[in-house]
Amino acid sequence: MIDFDPSTFGLAHTYQKEDKDEINTLALPSAPQVIYKTLNGPTQISGGNKLNNFKHGTTTLGFVFKEGILLAVDSRASMGSFLSSEQVRKVIEINEYLLGTMAGGAADCQYWLAYLANHCRTYELKNGSKLSVAAASKFLQGILIGYRNSGLSMGCMIAGTDTTGQHLYYIDNDGMRLKGDIFSVGSGSTYAYGVLDNHYRYDLSLDEAVELGIRAIYHATHRDTASGGVVRVYHIHQDGWTKVHDGIDVVDLHYRFAQQKGLVGDGDEAKQRLF
Amino acid sequence: MSYDTALTVFSPDGQLFQVEYAMEAVKRGLCCVGVRGKDAIILGVEKKATSKLQDVKTIKKVYQLDHNLCMTFSGLNADARILANQTRLQCQQYKIYYEDDPSVDYIAKFTSQQQQKFTQRGGARPYGISTLIAGFSNNKPKLFQTDPSGACSEWKATSLGKSAKQVKDFLEKHWREGLHEKDALLLTTKALMDVVESGNKNIELCVIRKNECWFLNENEVEELTKITAQLQ
Repeated sequence: MIDFDPSTFGLAHTYQKEDKDEINTLALPSAPQVIYKTLNGPTQISGGNKLNNFKHGTTTLGFVFKEGILLAVDSRASMGSFLSSEQVRKVIEINEYLLGTMAGGAADCQYWLAYLANHCRTYELKNGSKLSVAAASKFLQGILIGYRNSGLSMGCMIAGTDTTGQHLYYIDNDGMRLKGDIFSVGSGSTYAYGVLDNHYRYDLSLDEAVELGIRAIYHATHRDTASGGVVRVYHIHQDGWTKVHDGIDVVDLHYRFAQQKGLVGDGDEAKQRLF
Repeated sequence: MSYDTALTVFSPDGQLFQVEYAMEAVKRGLCCVGVRGKDAIILGVEKKATSKLQDVKTIKKVYQLDHNLCMTFSGLNADARILANQTRLQCQQYKIYYEDDPSVDYIAKFTSQQQQKFTQRGGARPYGISTLIAGFSNNKPKLFQTDPSGACSEWKATSLGKSAKQVKDFLEKHWREGLHEKDALLLTTKALMDVVESGNKNIELCVIRKNECWFLNENEVEELTKITAQLQ
């Protein structure tokens, strides 16, 4: 909706101004006038819009099952070969019924998901009802399409609950918006998909789903150098979301899974004294 | 100093005369009725040909805003057309932003917000119409009324225009919760027939159901008026 502009009070020609208002066009939502200026211009990041761009390593995954939606993410941030953090929070809590995951540019994801949170809240207050997950994700897509080719780098999942159930959407900086049952995003996503696609069933129980999410992230962190740190797990159900695990160290997971298989986990199972 | 020529001036006793005069214009307009039933909402409106040469069939006073959202009005015809077009555009714009259909309260609030804008701006006059907006939200039927001051409220059944008071009294006596579509349709027709010049060509009716709108054609209206005339 258009906000009334107090600076046009009493001006006789304001009616003409109305003709140029958003109301007469099918314009996409106008985001705030933030200038995104990268140091070397967008063309420098031509490789940056691909999910596997090494500079923004990550593994995030989400899948829909009978108890709702499970989100699992790693927590490593790397800049090339420099590890900047092992404790990043890649699940962004938009509000009590919506979660967003971060992949790609951390700043882009954090800012625009916070902007989305602001918009959801304003809508709720103005209209007395919450935005649905479809509506919130569509709104975000509208913004990202406006910034296409400006160098934004985001591959995020919006997951949440509303009156029609729990829904999972994938949104990226090209303005793509997909609704789906299983998504994995980031440089480690291929490894995570391998595990996920192998063991996914819709009728998983909550514990089985959590275990599957943790395993998938662990395997991605094991083989992808740009993913690692700890695994964080969130569960979305009809009453909102719950943080199931705040941070399980993947190193511990490595030895735990090895032990389950009766292995040592030191890379020399055949005892050939490689080192 | 007269306080009623400029819009952006309050009178000493707190009235905006231009807005009130706009509401007078509404009161002079042709009658329209809205009735909320259990699974449908009926909008009925009087239409009058200004001369025998005019083709009354082509006057359409119930505007379809979306596939299951309709609006009718009392007051100035041209203002209604503009407001309906703006609201239609807003319905589609909402879908581009949010994918879902807008709720009826959202559209009613939008319409009343448009009307309010012109009560606070110099050089332009308020819209000379009050509208009735009918549709379904969350599978529940809703009927809203807006007026030139920008007020917006939900109604069970209401009427606007020339004989509004008479029709409202009738509705107050006969409306009850949970009317089926047929009963609501008969109620609306009866209410209108009491105040409209005789002749079925002078009534336009629209039934808003959950997923569609049914605009009654001439023959259906004629049939309905005959049935209603036979009822008490």
